[in-house]
Amino acid sequence: MSLLSLVLVNLGRNKRRTILTALSVLVALFLFCALRGVLDTLEASIRVGSEARLVTRNAISLIFPLPLSYQERLLTVPGVRSVSYANWFGGRDPVDQSNFYAQFAVAENYLPIYASDIEIVAFDRPQVAGAVPPGVDPKLAAFMNERDACVVGERLFNRMKWKLGQTVPVSGTIFPGTWTFTVRAVYHAKNPAMNEEAMFFHWKYLSEKGMGGQGQVGWYVLELSDPGQAGAVTRAVDALYANSAAATHTETERAFQAGFVSMYGNVPFLIGVIGLAVVFAILLVAANTMMMATRERTAEFGVMKTLGFDDGTIFRLVLVEAAVITFGGGALGALLAKLVIEGSDFNAMGLLPPMTVRWATVLVGVAIAVVIGAASGLVPAWQASQRRIVDALRRVE
Amino acid sequence: MALVEVKNVRKTYRREAEELTVLDGLSLEIAEGDFVALMGPSGSGKTTLLNLIGGVDQPSSGDVVVGGTNLTGLRGKQLARWRARNIGYIFQLYNLIPVLTALQNVELPLLLVKMSGKERRDRARHALDIVGLEDRLKHFPRQLSGGQEQRVAIARAVVSDPTVLLADEPTGDLDRKAGADILTLLDRLNKEFKKTIVMVTHDPTAAERAHRRLHLDKGVLSNGPS
Repeated sequence: MSLLSLVLVNLGRNKRRTILTALSVLVALFLFCALRGVLDTLEASIRVGSEARLVTRNAISLIFPLPLSYQERLLTVPGVRSVSYANWFGGRDPVDQSNFYAQFAVAENYLPIYASDIEIVAFDRPQVAGAVPPGVDPKLAAFMNERDACVVGERLFNRMKWKLGQTVPVSGTIFPGTWTFTVRAVYHAKNPAMNEEAMFFHWKYLSEKGMGGQGQVGWYVLELSDPGQAGAVTRAVDALYANSAAATHTETERAFQAGFVSMYGNVPFLIGVIGLAVVFAILLVAANTMMMATRERTAEFGVMKTLGFDDGTIFRLVLVEAAVITFGGGALGALLAKLVIEGSDFNAMGLLPPMTVRWATVLVGVAIAVVIGAASGLVPAWQASQRRIVDALRRVE
Repeated sequence: MALVEVKNVRKTYRREAEELTVLDGLSLEIAEGDFVALMGPSGSGKTTLLNLIGGVDQPSSGDVVVGGTNLTGLRGKQLARWRARNIGYIFQLYNLIPVLTALQNVELPLLLVKMSGKERRDRARHALDIVGLEDRLKHFPRQLSGGQEQRVAIARAVVSDPTVLLADEPTGDLDRKAGADILTLLDRLNKEFKKTIVMVTHDPTAAERAHRRLHLDKGVLSNGPS
């Protein structure tokens, strides 16, 4: 027998209580890490945006379009290397309306801008050989040469069990009618924060079929020659259209993405507070359990002191006991959160990157478990160690 | 020179505003190898005196010197170490740790001494052998009779080879037969292993086993009928 085995034996004294306490810490740390995972994922969705790209949208709101004619003028702004554009489509699966995934109508130079974030992993060969515009991945030849072709994310492609060349129907909500798209390529997100559940199709197809060729775009993406010039370019672009019918609002792509996250309002704050509240509640539960466990053994501590155990040893024994329960439960809860949350592969229908619980979060969870152990064991350990032997022995005699 | 010297000891307790004097200027000497029985009515201060000799409690005034060490000068960790080395304590209600086996209960005081696990187990086994429980090593206290539990408690008290054994009503919770066996065991520890024993008891039959019987009444000590 050693002092550690004495701690373990004492933990087994009331197995049900020990297991329930460890389980409560496990659940608390699971929730804490899962909620932190939500916050981390929201933050990751901001990180996908680049500081080297600007997004120009209608100054009133993103739901108001901008004229296509702005493209050429935007290209003349010093510091702008290339300009592309896109529209949000917002269709639904005609068979299952709840089955949502993001669809974007994009200019032909849109995907090349994101060449560092995505790679084409499956593609059809073009039926008729045609030239691919400069800068476009040759793997997209079939996509480029077909009016209703689309490129889809690998995760969406697998989830829907599509095949290359398959025709996919989509019910338009903003642009009514049933639209059909032919899957010609599949992309894989090299940047894990990038949405892999999106469909990209030709802006021209949308313009001709859905907008009567009016030439309106949802937003422009401006690739900069030098990210350091972002501020100057932003001001220059917005100044160009300051007094026009469709004034612009330009910001970095990262700020643009952060705008979406800000739509969640105080939800991230609430999530953080709930996580801490759960941890605090469990701290009280664990402290109460340890108080009960040590109070029951008051006389035993008196006996141990009579045998020669000093106050410090008694203090450490109780503290380690509390730490073992909370560390065991907490570490398991934090690891379980990582396994379950990441195993679920949840990504809010493609609106967020896949949920992740970072190792740093797991470590924070384990550290919190240790702190809970120390905090919950501190008072009972102090009481057990400081009680006079004669008072402790009087508990039974 | 006496092994235990209690010099003009006074012990008072404060209960709310009232001060209770339990021992009042008590002096006592116990020679090495002696077997002393402390008798007296309830509340006379027998257990208090035992606690002072064992360094479990401190006198309000006066000195308690055991084996040349003045206990009033020791505090906290020093006193705990001294107890571990010099005192074996036997309680009326045995006070074994219920989740530990007989062997583990006896090993408990040895956790404070630097020695290997094997050495600890061997010494604990030997102590249980002395008290006649070599076949009950893996039994938990709830699986033992009262007499056997008290034997385990005695094994725990002697395992670290202390100078003094303090027994507080060691037969108080036992039937006549088991009580007699425990007294025989204490007698053997005194005679064969030269342990100095101070035993608190209400039982005159138990007291007869001691070499010396002392009566304590209202904090004052007197020699009983020999």
